[in-house]
Amino acid sequence: MEKERSINITVKVWRQRGPQEKGYFDTFELNNISTDSSFLEMLDVLNEKLVGEGKEPVVFDHDCREGICGMCSLFVNGHPHGPDEDVTTCQLHMRKFKDGETITIEPWRSAAFPVIRDLMVDRSAFDKIMQAGGYVSVNTGGIPDANSTPIAKKDADEAMDAASCIGCGACVAACKNGSAMLFVSAKVSQLALLPQGRVEAARRAKAMVAKMDELGFGNCTNTGACEAECPKSVSISNIARLNREFLCAKLKD
Amino acid sequence: MATIDSKIPQGPLAEKWSNYKAHQKLVNPANKRKLDIIVVGTGLAGASAAASLGALGFKVKNFCIQDSPRRAHSIAAQGGINAAKNYQNDGDSVYRLFYDTIKGGDYRAREANVYRLAEVSNSIIDQCVAQGVPFARDYGGLLDNRSFGGAQVSRTFYAKGQTGQQLLLGAYSALSRQVNKGTVTLYTRYEMLDVVLIKDEKGIERARGIIARNLVTGKVERFFGHAVVIATGGYGNTYFLSTNAMGSNGSAAMQIYRKGAYFANPCYAQIHPTCIPVHGDIQSKLTLMSESLRNDGRIWVPKKKEDAVALRNGTKTANDIPDEDRDFYLERRYPAFGNLVPRDVASRAAKERCDAGFGVNNTGLAVFLDFKYAIQRLGKDVVAARYGNLFQMYQKITDEDPYEVPMKIFPAIHYTMGGIWVDYELQTSIKGLFAIGEANFSDHGANRLGASALMQGLADGYFVLPYTIQNYLADQIQVAPISTDAPEFVEAEKAVNEKIKKLMNIKGKRSVDSIHKELGHIMWDNVGMARTKQSLEVAMKKIKELKKEFWTNLFIPGDANTLNTELEKALRLSDFLEIGYLMAIDAYNREESCGGHFREEHQTEEGEALRHDDQFSYVACWHYQGEDKDPECLKEALDYEFTERKTRNYKE
Repeated sequence: MEKERSINITVKVWRQRGPQEKGYFDTFELNNISTDSSFLEMLDVLNEKLVGEGKEPVVFDHDCREGICGMCSLFVNGHPHGPDEDVTTCQLHMRKFKDGETITIEPWRSAAFPVIRDLMVDRSAFDKIMQAGGYVSVNTGGIPDANSTPIAKKDADEAMDAASCIGCGACVAACKNGSAMLFVSAKVSQLALLPQGRVEAARRAKAMVAKMDELGFGNCTNTGACEAECPKSVSISNIARLNREFLCAKLKD
Repeated sequence: MATIDSKIPQGPLAEKWSNYKAHQKLVNPANKRKLDIIVVGTGLAGASAAASLGALGFKVKNFCIQDSPRRAHSIAAQGGINAAKNYQNDGDSVYRLFYDTIKGGDYRAREANVYRLAEVSNSIIDQCVAQGVPFARDYGGLLDNRSFGGAQVSRTFYAKGQTGQQLLLGAYSALSRQVNKGTVTLYTRYEMLDVVLIKDEKGIERARGIIARNLVTGKVERFFGHAVVIATGGYGNTYFLSTNAMGSNGSAAMQIYRKGAYFANPCYAQIHPTCIPVHGDIQSKLTLMSESLRNDGRIWVPKKKEDAVALRNGTKTANDIPDEDRDFYLERRYPAFGNLVPRDVASRAAKERCDAGFGVNNTGLAVFLDFKYAIQRLGKDVVAARYGNLFQMYQKITDEDPYEVPMKIFPAIHYTMGGIWVDYELQTSIKGLFAIGEANFSDHGANRLGASALMQGLADGYFVLPYTIQNYLADQIQVAPISTDAPEFVEAEKAVNEKIKKLMNIKGKRSVDSIHKELGHIMWDNVGMARTKQSLEVAMKKIKELKKEFWTNLFIPGDANTLNTELEKALRLSDFLEIGYLMAIDAYNREESCGGHFREEHQTEEGEALRHDDQFSYVACWHYQGEDKDPECLKEALDYEFTERKTRNYKE
């Protein structure tokens, strides 16, 4: 490992008491931040400093800190999850920033994700879309043997790639229309590619799209920003598959 | 003194679970609709239980602290899930999975529970495939397997390095379906702060609900249930630094412990051998590198001390050290299992080499996990297909390319085998209160084998609790829902509010994290990979002092009646302090070495764990005796009827 370095930075952080209140940027200077530390560890340092001064810490969502739970959701220097490729905010490291740099941190900005406090937003709309149809309708038990239906490796692998979505919402935050198409298409694709999910693929596509529209997400205009910013590189080809599934389902109505 | 009844059914091992199911009481569909069940936690155990209970027709309230059930820390499990399918025709069977698990747990688990776990393991794989979990497959379209530690067969099913994620999303999907059907109501960003016990007409206390805080509004609320299920995971974060998520905590377990539920074997904590080493003081968590890497990676340190010194100084790199000067110490010490020895054995072996001065990074606390040989044998593409996402994660964190230089790894706290005591029905010592998944103690003994946590969480949630809870609820169908205005609810809520007020009013000088880090150091230094009578005495003394510091010098900014992340952490830390003490006293009490619990006074000449079956073949069940009093230790004897206890041997 390279010798440990540290940098001095300025952070401009979005502060907002609640969904209805007016927000503003707060600016802080932070010195001697180790470049081996993660972005969220830098925010931990900031918060320890604030608490030490008797002030309230900056609120942000985070949990697993290993890039898989999808909880962290910061818009850093104009990019969801910051400037590095294929990472969530928790796996963004300070070595990606320069000494003396000013870093701007905002919450996801989207009509469907209202701000709760500071950098924390409400993404329950994603749960509602899943509840509308993001599943295979099976109860527990009474299931045939797992190897009774062979699945082509290619299909299983493609389903896995789609299923790697972590539900963080970066795709929505990146999209100028605030569209949730990448999120929805990833689930629709995963289940449509597998024989177990194929059975109710049409019903699923219609139900999830209808819920997405109802919840105020925008339309897809193929800008590709979602794929570019997705920390798990979920492919935009899933959107093409969703469109196909949706259209076929509608034609059968 | 209370007696411990584990309610293990009679009969031969392989027939116990079938016999139980054949004779247990059930609840008919019309009555299921009248019964409320609270499930706290939405990880593999909680989500699978809530979904299955909802599908059966019960009214379920499911709580989680995150913004969505899908965030629970089961999501981070990487390597895989075990099952006794024997798809590889390599000699696996239910018995062999049972035996490996019992042996891996160093003969400190219940035979009947572990056998049941092995028995239902196959149904889990069937269930997950039916849900659309995209497990890895071979070109013929059938499921693929890999090997994990402590087994000589390949029985681990996997979905790239994201198996936990895919299994949790499967359970989350099933849960979402039930939410849509109206059988499950979700309470996200809610944290349980107490259990509510109400006496029935015979004077028996039963769990009838919980007090939970809405983390967004700060409001403390009351919820009724005919039964309460705790599925809140383990307490590894007692050590501050662990592979657990930041929010993972042991508070629900401590709340019910203070209400009388036994806490079993708290000292059994698992230290995972392959984690990315600590980088500095502001580190917030440790990242695991999956055990699956030990299928193809070889672990080594230099044979010569001067090479280790040169590596630490940076005058040499790993690739400068020729093969003949590398000590593949696991292959050397354990020829039969090699790099795939169980976690406790691998962790201690790493510590032994680092303590002896052969550690390889600037802190001297790291060993190499090398893929050079796998790349030579299989080609880079195959290695990338198997472990690509793990390699990418490693590179993002350390800025080093594991395809070119070996990974540096070191053990870290990962999982807690100890937990809430439960009987065969997964019911705690309080009626109507159940514990499932990592939150309970039941199946892993003193050490858990890799890929068995996912198995146990889903076994409990899909296939065990939905049966056993009915045996309890069948007697509760006459109980009408109890108003949350009942005095017991009012009283419990009042106590929670008083605790919050007390914390807010300390107005001292120290942040929650500063005290938590101090607790972590006490735990790692004294109740860590190797423990002694003296270190445990030190730990107990220091934790008592730190608890005092916490209650007199803590500072929480802001208000309690709104979102307050510092208050959330403070409430959890107040419980970690208690757990830390319990772990120390249990480790002090258990004067033997077994699995993850290593007492330096008790080891073989070769440095292996030395059990004392004549004295310590029991589950230590700690019973709360009140604030500032040591708990009482009750003992559930572990009788080995069906297996012969041996010294674990991974050498031959």
